[in-house]
Amino acid sequence: MARAVTTQRKIIFTVLAWGLGLLIFFPILWTILTSFKTEGQAVADPPVFLFFDWTLENYSVVQERSDYLKFLTNSIIIAGGSTLLGILVAVPAAWSMAFVPSRRTKDILLWMLSTKMLPAVGVLYPIYLLFIRMGLLDSRIGLVVVLMLINLPIIVWMLYTYFREIPGEILEAARMDGAGLKAEILYVLTPMAIPGIASTILLNFILAWNEAFWTLNLTAAGAAPLTAFIASYSSPEGLFFAKLSAASTMAIAPILILGWFSQKQLVRGLTFGAVK
Amino acid sequence: MGRITLEKVRKAFGDVEIIPQLDLTIEDGEFVVFVGPSGCGKSTLLRLIAGLEDVSSGQITIDGVDATEVPPAKRGLAMVFQSYALYPHMSVRKNIAFPLRMAGMDKAEQERRVTNAAAVLNLTDYLDRRPGQLSGGQRQRVAIGRAIVREPAAFLFDEPLSNLDAALRVGMRLEISELHKRLATTMIYVTHDQVEAMTMADKIVVLQAGKIEQVGSPLELYQRPCNTFVAGFIGSPRMNLIEGAEAARHGAATIGIRPEHIDISTNEGQWQGTVGVSEHLGSDTFFHVQTGASSQPLTVRATGEMALKYGAQVYLTPRTAHLHRFDAKGQRIE
Repeated sequence: MARAVTTQRKIIFTVLAWGLGLLIFFPILWTILTSFKTEGQAVADPPVFLFFDWTLENYSVVQERSDYLKFLTNSIIIAGGSTLLGILVAVPAAWSMAFVPSRRTKDILLWMLSTKMLPAVGVLYPIYLLFIRMGLLDSRIGLVVVLMLINLPIIVWMLYTYFREIPGEILEAARMDGAGLKAEILYVLTPMAIPGIASTILLNFILAWNEAFWTLNLTAAGAAPLTAFIASYSSPEGLFFAKLSAASTMAIAPILILGWFSQKQLVRGLTFGAVK
Repeated sequence: MGRITLEKVRKAFGDVEIIPQLDLTIEDGEFVVFVGPSGCGKSTLLRLIAGLEDVSSGQITIDGVDATEVPPAKRGLAMVFQSYALYPHMSVRKNIAFPLRMAGMDKAEQERRVTNAAAVLNLTDYLDRRPGQLSGGQRQRVAIGRAIVREPAAFLFDEPLSNLDAALRVGMRLEISELHKRLATTMIYVTHDQVEAMTMADKIVVLQAGKIEQVGSPLELYQRPCNTFVAGFIGSPRMNLIEGAEAARHGAATIGIRPEHIDISTNEGQWQGTVGVSEHLGSDTFFHVQTGASSQPLTVRATGEMALKYGAQVYLTPRTAHLHRFDAKGQRIE
């Protein structure tokens, strides 16, 4: 009896989960499908699902009109640079918070997170002015710094949670075994934290890749990443749904592939510390 | 060499004083056990010697050299932790070799020492495994192996056996004692288990609330406890402590008598009483007897063959020569 109920439940939940998953995925699927339609079919009413004249025309037009590779390079540099810089700053910060906490450590962590509670537009004006003064507008280095700062609280929090899971006694054992601070971090802490550091890097890379507020507001042409590339197709001159879809597909493809191959790490990173 | 002295050492965390000022000397080659109830500061004392905690004031010297400000890595001491604290990402071989690698020893010598340690500790077949694939006893052996390879000035043990099951604990206890006899290196061992203290130590340091209550050999402590705390803490089952009129009769505030120093008889004796619970260990039997002499039941040791029913009437006679007398402050009266 109990087993029958469990099986039934399992089926219901499986169907529900799949349904929900497909619902969430549907807009992405629709975008990808639309990118292979002609502009006419893209806005056809009733909409066509699979039976249309598949074409690659949109992709060639998009590639002709704008230099995809330039945007891609910018995205990689901005997302990668801000992530690496963030990790370099966050590892020592998280180490000290996890292993030599002070009475105020909890408050500092919370304060750092509170900066994420302010809407980004609230600081647009001061940051914009700063960028003008410092000549950072439309520069990759400016975006690397801004995105690093935006995501730093999350990186520190994630690393802190990981480091907290590492028993302090193991680091003390390393000290007793004659390891100095450098050797302790290099040979003991880092190898033990590699899964945590990897998923932090991954998640942060995705966040930086998809960030659209600062990347749109602080760039023009030179440093514009793929988010700007997509935005340039939602123009007021006319509806180009198929081309917009092609641009979107091209913009999300790299991160989608990266995410697919590293989903195990990602799930672990997002649920870490939830279950002990 | 491994002579360690603590002079006027004091430790406080903020306003909380964990260890009020104390002095202690540990001679080279001694097996010293710090024992006391949990929270008595024995682990903190060990961590001060290790350098994992900084002293608030006072001085620690190792072989005559002031080590107070020396970081743990440079003190030349090895430590075995309660949780074993092995490096989970390294094989047993690499775990044991880690201190040698940190010391910059050449590869061949590292290998030779690791092989030796593994042979001594029965770990030869497990050298390529990870700590996660070992049992608790094996992990503890790896931790000990990691400590012995570098030939430290002294070994520090922080409750190393408390995570093991009872049978394994007795075995490891013997192994550690054996190791001490063979290496003749100073060992400082922290435990809350007075049986471990009695069986392993050359010298026991009894601590309570960060204060040293008594220092001495196991038998000195057993035979001449300096106060009621040590009297009650050392020995299993505990010494019977009797207060009130019976103590006053002996000119003391409290008298103590160990279970083996009370004779039990069904016909005659000094204190009349009723038998409560009996514990039969085979070799001995312990009777808990309620008497008029004390509000608490008295524990009495008898031969293993002796059997008395619950509620039986008996007479107890303490052997006066083995009576311990304590004053109102709990201090021993000679």
